Amino acid sequence: MKSHELMQEIFPVLQQRFPNLTLESNGLHVAKRQLVDVARYLRDELGFNYLSSVTAVDYPQRGVIDVVYHFYRISGGPELVLHVEVNRNAPVVPSLTPEFGSANFQEREVWDMFGVKFEGHPDLRRLLMWEGFAGFPLRKDWHEAYYEEEHKPYSSRFPKGGQPVMAEERTPLRDNIRLPEGWLAQDFSYDEADLALYQRMLSANRDPNKPLKTDEMILNLGPHHPSTHGVLRLAVRLDGETVQHLEPVFGYLHRNHEKIGERNTWMQNIPYTDRLDYINGMTNNLAYVIAMEKLLGWEVPERAEYIRVIMAEFMRIVNHLVATGFFGNDVGIYMTASLYGLEERELILDLFEAASGARMMFNYMRPGGVAADLPEGWIERALALVEDRLPRKIEMMQTMLTENEIVKARSVGVGVLSPQEAISLGCSGPVLRASGVPYDIRRAEPYSIYDRFDFDVAVRYGGDAYDRIRVRFDEMWQSLRILKQALRSIPAGPIQAKKLTPLLKLPAGEAYGRIEAPKGELGFYLVSDGSANPYRYHIRATSLINLGALSQLTRLAKIADVVVILASIDLTMGEVDR
Amino acid sequence: MKDVTLPEIPPELQGSVGVFSLDQVYAWARQRSLWPILFGLACCAFEMIAAAASRFDLARFGMEIMRPSPRQADLLIVSGTVTKKMAPQLVRIYNQMAEPKYVVAMGACAISGGPFKEGYNVVSGVDKLIPVDVYIPGCPPRPEALIHALLALHERIGHEPIRKMRAFSAEPDPGIPVPALGPDLILNPDAHMRVLEERIAEMNKEAQA
Repeated sequence: MKSHELMQEIFPVLQQRFPNLTLESNGLHVAKRQLVDVARYLRDELGFNYLSSVTAVDYPQRGVIDVVYHFYRISGGPELVLHVEVNRNAPVVPSLTPEFGSANFQEREVWDMFGVKFEGHPDLRRLLMWEGFAGFPLRKDWHEAYYEEEHKPYSSRFPKGGQPVMAEERTPLRDNIRLPEGWLAQDFSYDEADLALYQRMLSANRDPNKPLKTDEMILNLGPHHPSTHGVLRLAVRLDGETVQHLEPVFGYLHRNHEKIGERNTWMQNIPYTDRLDYINGMTNNLAYVIAMEKLLGWEVPERAEYIRVIMAEFMRIVNHLVATGFFGNDVGIYMTASLYGLEERELILDLFEAASGARMMFNYMRPGGVAADLPEGWIERALALVEDRLPRKIEMMQTMLTENEIVKARSVGVGVLSPQEAISLGCSGPVLRASGVPYDIRRAEPYSIYDRFDFDVAVRYGGDAYDRIRVRFDEMWQSLRILKQALRSIPAGPIQAKKLTPLLKLPAGEAYGRIEAPKGELGFYLVSDGSANPYRYHIRATSLINLGALSQLTRLAKIADVVVILASIDLTMGEVDR
Repeated sequence: MKDVTLPEIPPELQGSVGVFSLDQVYAWARQRSLWPILFGLACCAFEMIAAAASRFDLARFGMEIMRPSPRQADLLIVSGTVTKKMAPQLVRIYNQMAEPKYVVAMGACAISGGPFKEGYNVVSGVDKLIPVDVYIPGCPPRPEALIHALLALHERIGHEPIRKMRAFSAEPDPGIPVPALGPDLILNPDAHMRVLEERIAEMNKEAQA
């Protein structure tokens, strides 16, 4: 069933209850005063209990900002899209955070990037930029310091008779800095950036009936800290050793993927997706081209589909080797486990390098196929790895990590996430499945050719850090099963359906393409106006939304367990901050 | 380094005694005991980890142990995109490192901003903030490229005369002014304030005259 079929089926039911609701080609349009009621009705009566993505699109010509919600049923099936259009000059939308925990960070991101106020949001601060930053960057009329033209290719890159001009030379401050006119440093308090955070830290989760009056302490972990897996900062309010409130602070690696992506051409964005979750380049590529193919309506040749599945499953093994290995690092067995994981990762990267030419930034998938065919002897090398070496090594790592006394002592019963919370917080991937929810997009809404392979959805029921690691090992075994089937049955044939041009134009419309990436649901929300550049390019980042569970998981935990819980969620800062 | 005439060794001691200048011995020892700080920014950090892991094995060059504390480190490998939000922290970490200290800019982003240069939150190269000794091109550079850069750094350290080293100068190192986050990145807030105060003083004088 396709998304629009689903919405046509649901629409009459909804219209009885909400007569003002309209169904348009891009989804259901709802008035903002009814939004919370409609969302609640969708969740409680119709089973759309998984709010996957919240984002916005700016339409300056029409003077509106369109806030877009993607709902799913946790039992599977396509998405239901809700649109709320609000006036661009004073955009206010009721918040869904009290109903759906997954909206928390995403609404803050929309506020940060578009300046849409969410009424009733408990903590509406900027998410990626700092408090005090001038402007809302993703609005179409907001221009960065190095602004040249709306769309690439820029004419300055190919000047007629003359040298190209450096970006620095075109700006007044000779740097990527733009201060508002009339701004005076003396009037400005540099503390503003952190003031809002500390106010939140001091007020959240306060227990007024605490029997014993004790002094509390605010501690900052990061942004430079060996256990935060990148440049993440965790502000923690502690009562002794117990965490009273934890607030992740990010944006330290916010590289403006979406703003740059809207200046780029569609094809130029493929290598940028590699740099999102930089451990899993192949699956990032795949999610983006699947979203593009939804708009293009292209079929992919058989051999290319097989290559995609093989690459994606190898990527999953790489990610889980890294995730479980570095989990060992954080529970106190130092580098041993991660070195074992990295050794196998190198062998898989060799295969990727032979096919795509790069170790990490593959730029391999294309709409309608893949960039290059597999070189001679590749399948045999891959089969040797999958049938002989990897099972031995994964089994060794699994025994070493999951039966290790230290790992058990540090992780069993630590950071328990109930299935209801996991769904409400929008967690996906191993984090969701370790809480006993068998939700895997490869089964729930099959893409590519996953419906042809025989594999199980790995589920564990404990919901603690230990099970989140065990479910990753289970998934590696399932990936090996898929790889064996795919490598043995891959057909010969073409690898690309259509001839691609650098200025490929996509038909006008919008699409949300998602896959089961190693870390969870990775989605791309694309809006095209029929040109060679995206009108809107939004990434539904898995790590960001999984990180939303951290505050909940660490509540009343011990400070030493925070790094263990963080490691069990498995995140890449490149994807969190984008 | 100046060539010095070293005394000749008597024939009976040749093979068991060597004569070197203090500079040479000092540089030789220092070259092979760099302590990198455990500081990963973005994608390049993963290639840095790969370089330290088994296949590429940085331990061959006497530097596999990365210190999480800047006070215990003397080599900063800037492995990834430096954002405006991270700039104050990066400069603080550099200021806290022990002299003599070195900086390697790893990858296109650390050199110039790379593919993300036009982004509103991206610093156009780490050398806008701190001095850089070695640049490694690539996006990301392969682990071999990182090792090559570190060997180039070894060579550079080998040519540093002991007398001219910053660490041994009598004047204390003033450090680099820490940037601040205003409506955009303010690279040198103190200087910014000084200029403004001077201007206001001038305006006051004019008004009084």
